[in-house]
Amino acid sequence: MRPAGRAETDSLYFTYPHFDPPAERSQLSDPAAVAIVGAGPVGLTAALALAKEGIRSVLLDAKATFNDGSRAICIARQSYHILDRLGAVGPFLEKSLGWTTGRSFYRGRQILEFQMPDSPREKYRPMYNLEQQYIEQFLWDAVAREPLIDARWQSRVTGVEDADAGVLLAVEDPLGGYRLKADWLLAADGARSTVRGLRDLRLKGENFEGRYVIADVQMDHDYPTIRRALFDPDCRRGGTILVHRQPDNIWRIDYQLRDGEDEAEAIREDTVRASVAAVLQEIGYSGAWDLEWWSIYSANTLALDDYRDGRVFFIGDSAHIVPIFGVRGLNNGLADAQNIAWKLARVLQGKAGEALLDSYTPERRGATLDVFVNASKSARFMTPPTAGWQLMRDAALNLALSHPFAGALANPRQMTPYTYEDSPIVQPDDPAFEGGPCPGATLPEARVEECFLSDLLGPGFTLMSFGADLADSLSDLDITFVNLQPASEAAEVLAAEATSAYLVRPDMHIAARWHEVDPDSIRQAFIQSLAGETA
Amino acid sequence: MMTPADLETVYEAMAEQLDAIAPTKRELFLAKLVLLLSNDLADAERVRQCIAEAAGNLDA
Repeated sequence: MRPAGRAETDSLYFTYPHFDPPAERSQLSDPAAVAIVGAGPVGLTAALALAKEGIRSVLLDAKATFNDGSRAICIARQSYHILDRLGAVGPFLEKSLGWTTGRSFYRGRQILEFQMPDSPREKYRPMYNLEQQYIEQFLWDAVAREPLIDARWQSRVTGVEDADAGVLLAVEDPLGGYRLKADWLLAADGARSTVRGLRDLRLKGENFEGRYVIADVQMDHDYPTIRRALFDPDCRRGGTILVHRQPDNIWRIDYQLRDGEDEAEAIREDTVRASVAAVLQEIGYSGAWDLEWWSIYSANTLALDDYRDGRVFFIGDSAHIVPIFGVRGLNNGLADAQNIAWKLARVLQGKAGEALLDSYTPERRGATLDVFVNASKSARFMTPPTAGWQLMRDAALNLALSHPFAGALANPRQMTPYTYEDSPIVQPDDPAFEGGPCPGATLPEARVEECFLSDLLGPGFTLMSFGADLADSLSDLDITFVNLQPASEAAEVLAAEATSAYLVRPDMHIAARWHEVDPDSIRQAFIQSLAGETA
Repeated sequence: MMTPADLETVYEAMAEQLDAIAPTKRELFLAKLVLLLSNDLADAERVRQCIAEAAGNLDA
């Protein structure tokens, strides 16, 4: 929502583009290998990730522009790696604000300062703040340059039927309606997914009690990019407030509604203005400010039982709704897009067995359930559901005023990328390793001469070895071979000896590792990673 | 184990402190005390046992 007199996309700092429906109509019904519904961050990323693999897609969105408002603003390190691999990270790095520090306050007094894990061996910071419009703009700029993506705006999907080896979509835009046959459909159409409704599927899970208003204001506020959490502040007794800095002097104020506070009343412009003014007073800002945009949300943990329905895959919010303070909504959506894209591309190209697609749900739904566990803990601290949780929360905060150890209970759980331990395409760990990342985890970062370990990854699978020369005996496999120095920083991070090797998937997750490698076991692991037939 | 005399000292100090605290803040005080003592004891399993033991016989 925006202040009275301003249209939905009338922003103080961002010019929303206007997209026309497709003017050229003759080929709209040409069959597509992949159709993607929803051109938000997740759909755009899926289209780019498919194009990177050489796969054409048709990208459909009902709107004539980007999503309104800043919405998701925290992009995690692993998402920057995803954007990097798509060749799209440049403008993100230029515009976003990286951060590592968070501070928590209880009744106006600081009780905790925490640092998210970071070091010179990391290419990217643990978190970046950037308004969602920019996220969509930068992804769109990359999509618009990509000849393999046929993007169609103002194009609403009104029907999805199963067809022979595919789905038949009914699409309507202001110039007419048509049918579109697609071999595969990616539903990236958000929390209120049309495709999910048309497939008669429902999200299942829990609704938490807490309701929050998020409001963006523009102001010349002099405070570094540090996430602030205010527990039980004077201006909102019993509630929790989050304050985030964004580019363009935009500040995100996120405050919890009291029990029994009327929702319609809470999102009225004058109520929002009064609430924001009270928060600004609380953080000691007395200058001028403009109200940009606001919205309301509640902390839900909802997911589909299966992210696949026949030829339809659900990616992003259409498959899962997670509480906002875990900052995993957008980030997990981007990982969904990357995960399904590399698998679908290889199935379409005949390089992988169709069973590869069955690994999408266990891997990505597993990541969602992991977020649920952590987010539920955060939610119980931010919004205690019962008297017992309330008392212990208050005791921890109160004790933290004098004893810093208790402040650690207010630390939001660090969201690290999920490890695909139970994936059907990830190999069991080699017990000979002492330390280092196990199969299913993401590749850790390290400096390698003038660049980073991730810079050495090939476009698809990569084999990292430390002296063993394997390229000759495996040259028929679609693998990039990277030879690293034993005793290097990379070897240390990977707990690798001269005989060790890691097989890394296109999404930077580790498929397998060997303390003492031999070519046959690599061949077997590579084939199994693609759900192929092993000899 | 504490000596009976030490235990009695704690018993008296708690009684006096509880009386000095407003009734509406006693629960908060007790919960803080548990966190503080737990941190000193540094034995989560032992504290969990004590939590369970203290919850026994409350209706006796």
